[in-house]
Amino acid sequence: MSINATLIGQMITFTLLVWFTMKYIWPPLIESLELRKKKIAEGLAAAERGQEQIHLAEKKAKSLLIQAKEESAGIITLAQKRANELVEESKDVAKKEGERLLLAAKAQIEQEIQQTKESLRKEISALALSAAEQILGAEIDKNKHKEILTKVSKQL
Amino acid sequence: MATEAHAAEGATGYIVHHLTPFSVGEGFWTLHLDTLFFSAFLGGLFIWFFKTAADKATTGVPGLMQNFAEMLIEFVDTQVKDSFHGHSTLIAPLALTIFCWVFLWNFMDLFPVDIFSTVGSLMGLEYLRVVPSTDLNATFAMSISVFCLIIFYSIKIKGPWGFAKELLFQPFGPWLLPFNLLLKLVEEIAKPISLALRLFGNLYAGELIFILIGLLPWYIQPALSFPWAVFHILIITLQAFIFMVLTIVYLSMAHEDH
Repeated sequence: MSINATLIGQMITFTLLVWFTMKYIWPPLIESLELRKKKIAEGLAAAERGQEQIHLAEKKAKSLLIQAKEESAGIITLAQKRANELVEESKDVAKKEGERLLLAAKAQIEQEIQQTKESLRKEISALALSAAEQILGAEIDKNKHKEILTKVSKQL
Repeated sequence: MATEAHAAEGATGYIVHHLTPFSVGEGFWTLHLDTLFFSAFLGGLFIWFFKTAADKATTGVPGLMQNFAEMLIEFVDTQVKDSFHGHSTLIAPLALTIFCWVFLWNFMDLFPVDIFSTVGSLMGLEYLRVVPSTDLNATFAMSISVFCLIIFYSIKIKGPWGFAKELLFQPFGPWLLPFNLLLKLVEEIAKPISLALRLFGNLYAGELIFILIGLLPWYIQPALSFPWAVFHILIITLQAFIFMVLTIVYLSMAHEDH
């Protein structure tokens, strides 16, 4: 139980252990602890920043949405106005076209009436002539009364 | 079973046998080979564990080993930061080494008392005492090393003259100089002695009780050795912790300039 040279051996072992711990064990471990602490702090800060950015983005999105709504409302109003205008325009055009068609038809009808009149006149004159021929018979010489006949037919 | 094996020498023989170190040499130059071997082996275990953890250390998600190592490191670091308010690259690693090494020494106490001596006797070793902290040489080696550091830092921080002044003029002023010196010397020398004897006494007594339990009939042994072992888990950790904390406190006192 007495103190002896074992003491010296133990002191040497102890010194070596402390030296080794001081040189190779403590610094890397404490450094990794510190680094991790820093990393976690940075991560938390980044998360907070991200949250803030999300908040901002949400705000922006909301304002954009409102703007878009307003714009679309404007566009719709414009489109309705334009559609109304178009309807009015086409109404006008249709009216004019109808009138034009009506006029054309009237003109045609008039023309046809004239034509019919003309052809009727010719037929009547021919009929009248033939009737007169039949009535008068040979008494009337075509060549003699040619002048009178022409006058009559012109009067028709 | 051991009781029968040593029946010839009786209970005293059994106890003495278990508490005698395996030694070579004569007089002062006696070496307790078992103490030297086991403490170096346990120190190697400590170094191996922490070196592996340090090599694999990552700032990312730590593994089980690194987690455990970091837990111990943080625990020791907190203790050091609580009582030492300077900057020192030595104190924290020193505290870690002391805590782990003493804990491992003490832990050997929890192995059944007959295992190692039986294995030793099979290997032809007449005596084998496996708990280094039941050897005064081991505890004193540590406390004397700490004492040397206390003196070294006292002189380094306060200067030789400052340290001498503290020894001579405190606490009662220059007129009671011899008395101051005596008081201070006792105070300083009490530090390593109390450190070493506290650890030695606790572990020696604990080991002795395990040996005494080993003397009882086998059917009574578990009823006593189990609670004592559970209680001992507390003691071995506490003793390692006390040694570490006192070392930190003594060294921070050495760093303080009055």
